[in-house]
Amino acid sequence: MRAAGFDIGSRTVKLVVLEEGKTTHTRKTLTSHDPLGAVRELAKGVDYDVLVATGYGRHLIKEHLDCPVISEIKAFALGAKAIHPTCRVILDIGGQDTKAICLSDIGELSKFEMNDKCAAGTGRFLEIMANALNYSLDEFSKAACTAQRAEKINSMCTVFAESEVISLTAQGARRDEVALGIHKAIVSRSIALLRRIAPSGEVLFAGGVALNECVRSLIAEELKRPVIVPPDPQIVGAFGAALFAAKKA
Amino acid sequence: MSDYTQMWTDLGLDLKAHDALLSILGGAYQDIFLSQKNRPEGMKYFDFVMSEVHGLRIKELMDAKAEGRIVVGSYCVFVPEELILAVDGISVGLCAGAEFNFEGAEEVVPRNLCPLIKSAFGFKRGLVCPYVEASDIIVGENTCDGKKKAYEVLSPMVKDLYIIDLPQMKSETGKMLLREEYRKFITKLEDASGKKITAEALKKGIDTTNAKRKAVKRLAELRKADPAPISGLDALLINQVFFYDDPVRFTNSVNALCDELDERVKKGEGVFSKGTIRVLMSGCPMAVPNWKVPFLVETSGAVIVGEESCVGERGTQWLTEGKGETVDELLDDVAERYFKIDCAVFTPNPSRIDHVKEMYDRAGAQGVIHYSLQFCHPYIIESGPAEATLEKTGIPTLRLETDYSQEDAGQLKTRIEAFLERIQGK
Repeated sequence: MRAAGFDIGSRTVKLVVLEEGKTTHTRKTLTSHDPLGAVRELAKGVDYDVLVATGYGRHLIKEHLDCPVISEIKAFALGAKAIHPTCRVILDIGGQDTKAICLSDIGELSKFEMNDKCAAGTGRFLEIMANALNYSLDEFSKAACTAQRAEKINSMCTVFAESEVISLTAQGARRDEVALGIHKAIVSRSIALLRRIAPSGEVLFAGGVALNECVRSLIAEELKRPVIVPPDPQIVGAFGAALFAAKKA
Repeated sequence: MSDYTQMWTDLGLDLKAHDALLSILGGAYQDIFLSQKNRPEGMKYFDFVMSEVHGLRIKELMDAKAEGRIVVGSYCVFVPEELILAVDGISVGLCAGAEFNFEGAEEVVPRNLCPLIKSAFGFKRGLVCPYVEASDIIVGENTCDGKKKAYEVLSPMVKDLYIIDLPQMKSETGKMLLREEYRKFITKLEDASGKKITAEALKKGIDTTNAKRKAVKRLAELRKADPAPISGLDALLINQVFFYDDPVRFTNSVNALCDELDERVKKGEGVFSKGTIRVLMSGCPMAVPNWKVPFLVETSGAVIVGEESCVGERGTQWLTEGKGETVDELLDDVAERYFKIDCAVFTPNPSRIDHVKEMYDRAGAQGVIHYSLQFCHPYIIESGPAEATLEKTGIPTLRLETDYSQEDAGQLKTRIEAFLERIQGK
């Protein structure tokens, strides 16, 4: 039996297909203005028997493909548990949401926290800040990693932080130091969210922002707890949805 | 619906803005309420009340005023309806539940203010709340800092703003303060109405108000059944109409509805299937037409079985004893009753969480959603310890903080669905 999981995120659509428990496909594309089109593009040439959708666009897919949906919080919980069975704490920083998820002793979804409605401290925030500093995402992370010191960024609001960045650079601040300041700001915010529900234990770090090396090392440094990043941190939700589809079939 | 244009014009409403408001409200009501399945017949009365909320009900107020009765508008459950009824006055809740004319509100109050307060200014400055315009007295009350200071700004905009001071601690001096404030309020009501409060009139006011409370308490009891005989949205609506409608007619209508629900429970019928996840709401008041979170909850596969809120049991659970023989003795009873309200402006406020637990057990709930309005510090601050206490006793709790806008609906839905998945996984 082939079970597929779609994770329609705010920035990226992910697809994972499992056949008898083994991953046969992982695909990703940008969500763009047409998430349904993105889903169709990903599904091209892929056969599956059962399908479950998750992520911000799950209800849209539900209407069109007539499939069950689960929240991305549950999907990440399922995916993370399968990737790293002893882990009880998950941090997911995606395009527009940051989520801290805590599992019970037997690995079931227990508490979670999510950022407020704006994109403060999420992947989208990093993209806009990189743009404000005229960096590509890759350069942005690298520059932050090698900066000697960090400029202090106070605002987590995407709009205010952008003006803060502009005024810092206007005062002659070094670009790489501003970059490190931005990374530190997003890390301290995510850690506060995490500590609120899970004060101890190792952390599985997933979502697109887990690809950012500077964020990864800062989180491990600040948290002083083991931080595990799966080989492909972006697909944990789609993987969880596929697992759920396989289980329910 | 009759043509109320002349009445609205006489009240000084902005007809164009008012029409726009009514058309949005009508659409929302259709989508949120009328589209529900298996609604009790008895809800038709409340549908009618809502369709005439700015029409027939206002006409009733105007007719009463023409007979020399006073209309007293307020924004809080600490304003004692018994006393208003004792001068043959009419007590109405004022509009504060929608994101209407926030730009107009923000000209006079800060942006970062709780949406309930901001909404009151939006309605007032947009000239679209006939209740404010029809009120002879508007009663403000010193609950939170936001309201307390906002009344200073509201004062010059309305005909007669009267402030009731409130204690902040449940001490003997606190109770004395409340009683004294209610005594002063009696004088205010007597002056405005030209009627003297007698023990007999006050007793009658107490009886009328108690009957109304008993009816909604009966409704709350019926919601224990699984399947739930009525949706949380409809029950919330009834608790909202509680503040506007003629008290006697309201009481009779709620009791008639409860008779029908009794039958439903006996037959094992409900609005959702048996075994639907049962959720208790707790926190800030949801003033009409604030239906946002209950709608998200009940379209995500759960049913709301109780509201620990001012628009809900916090406002209605206690009766006024009314055993006193004199106005003074009855006033003691009134003060005693209102002093029990466990609003988060009190410090400390442990009885509120006891009540949440009691409601949770009584209603057979499986989780609590703690609802805070953005910038409502008393409830937001209380929500942290409340969540910790509830989780410690094994009650799954989700804290939500939101305003009247729709832009966070997607994120709220994700949280609510994940919370229901958590409950289901148990």
